[in-house]
Amino acid sequence: MNETNYSELASNLLPAFGETLEMCGIALLLAIILGIPLGVLSYITSKCSICQNRFVNLLVSFILNVIMSTPFVILLVLLLPFTKFVVGTSIGPEAASVPLGIVAIAFYARLVEGNLHGVDKGVIEASVAMGATWFKIVTNVLLPGAFSGMIRGLTVLAVTLVGYSAMAGIVGGGGVGDLAIRFGYYRYQTDVMIITVLLLIGLVQIIQTIGEKASQKAQK
Amino acid sequence: MIKFDKVSVSFSDKKDHTVNAVRNVSFEIGKGEIWGIVGTSGAGKSTLLRTVNQLQLPTGGRTIVDGVDISSLSGKELAKFRHSIGMIFQQFNLVSTKTVAQNVAFAMEIAGRSQEEIKQRVPELLELVGLADRADVYPNTLSGGQKQRVGIARAVANNPKILLCDEATSALDPETTNDVLELLKKINVKFGITIVLITHELDVVKKICQRVAVMNKGEVVELGEVFDVFTKPQHEFTKTLLSHTFDLDLPERLTQDHTKPLVRIVYNGEKAEDSIVSNVVKHYAIDVNILHGKIEYINDKPFGILIVQLIGAQDELAQGLDYLSKNTYRTEVINERN
Repeated sequence: MNETNYSELASNLLPAFGETLEMCGIALLLAIILGIPLGVLSYITSKCSICQNRFVNLLVSFILNVIMSTPFVILLVLLLPFTKFVVGTSIGPEAASVPLGIVAIAFYARLVEGNLHGVDKGVIEASVAMGATWFKIVTNVLLPGAFSGMIRGLTVLAVTLVGYSAMAGIVGGGGVGDLAIRFGYYRYQTDVMIITVLLLIGLVQIIQTIGEKASQKAQK
Repeated sequence: MIKFDKVSVSFSDKKDHTVNAVRNVSFEIGKGEIWGIVGTSGAGKSTLLRTVNQLQLPTGGRTIVDGVDISSLSGKELAKFRHSIGMIFQQFNLVSTKTVAQNVAFAMEIAGRSQEEIKQRVPELLELVGLADRADVYPNTLSGGQKQRVGIARAVANNPKILLCDEATSALDPETTNDVLELLKKINVKFGITIVLITHELDVVKKICQRVAVMNKGEVVELGEVFDVFTKPQHEFTKTLLSHTFDLDLPERLTQDHTKPLVRIVYNGEKAEDSIVSNVVKHYAIDVNILHGKIEYINDKPFGILIVQLIGAQDELAQGLDYLSKNTYRTEVINERN
């Protein structure tokens, strides 16, 4: 077993933590920007909804299913050419953010869609009866109605992403999870593994707490 | 104003059975009227009502409002048409993330009213429904009756010509129901809005409707002035529906005793003041036992029911019954041997 060099570990941990935050942060941002519209699109085109469109609905649903059912490690590799095209490199945390972001978008779109289905159908019907456009209904009724659920969903997503980001090491993405695998697992440094895992637990705890507080605040 | 012309609506359910929710319904609702559509749940009332603002497209026939076939409308035209029709619901359907004032304002924003107009009109509307002091609270802090008042304010915000009420009082207690009905009546008189009201509560129809359509299994089985329909029901279904209100329960030993005729006497306004029963006693050798009775008010017109037992000789009884049926709105022997 290797001797643990704690000063080396410390100098590795801090940047790794930064990398984790960077990857997850970018992915979360992408999920908010693109996942919400996709979730809304999937909802409003579904059967008996305000913009029913079977073709669009099936298409969106198919794409989301493909992304969600492909194991992340495989997606990471499959997307390499695309990643290179988007960020100009296929290694490093920026490169890892691309597949992470795509999974986050699909995952969050489904969560948002689920939350939208929970919005009172009667209120939507009332808005339709008043002659509201689909856009007015989405912005005034659906999104505000699903807001607190969407924040809860974002929390779940963030926690899941922290887990997924551990696999980013494959493309040299770095991050705390990668550190745990490289030092703790491959080098049999159990103490390093414990320290990094504890760090990850702490991070997840913080995300969960912030998420719950925000969700409660959003729920009037 | 609203004309149902052979309207039918059918859907196929999960097992691909065709459900004929509305079958071949034709009748016309005049401007400024308060129309009731009654029936048990599943009778198709709600579906029929929804053809008026195209929440439901008829699969046969036409629903015509002001000469326009509703099915022909779509897009902007349909939206514009819907601005002229208000609707209130059993579950109120207010936007829970908007305050009372914002809910009313939302209806006006949808119709493209200017912010100044909205700012001016919302307080007026809340004043009208008696909620001026609750403008800035959220709906979940309101009682059911208050929520429905917000619903009404929202529904009339764009000066609609028609107000559709979908079981609007069914979730309310009797007292609150009365308040809401009073408000609807006030709006009908004040703005001349045509109100179409569907309900399973006959009391609601009795209180504010002038005309009524009775629906059963998707068909309109009876139609006309509320007073006529309620006092002289023709169709079996209407009779059963009304029996809850108008049948007076008697102990079996009385209804089973066929030797003495039990007579239900129904009398309306004008006849109510004549002393018909005492005349029978005076002119014929008959004793009259009054067993049960009550007076209903339909559109403020009194309508009385009396159940009496007649005791006397056969021919006297026949003459007495004859006198009663000539002088009352309706007289029937209810324990006749079959």
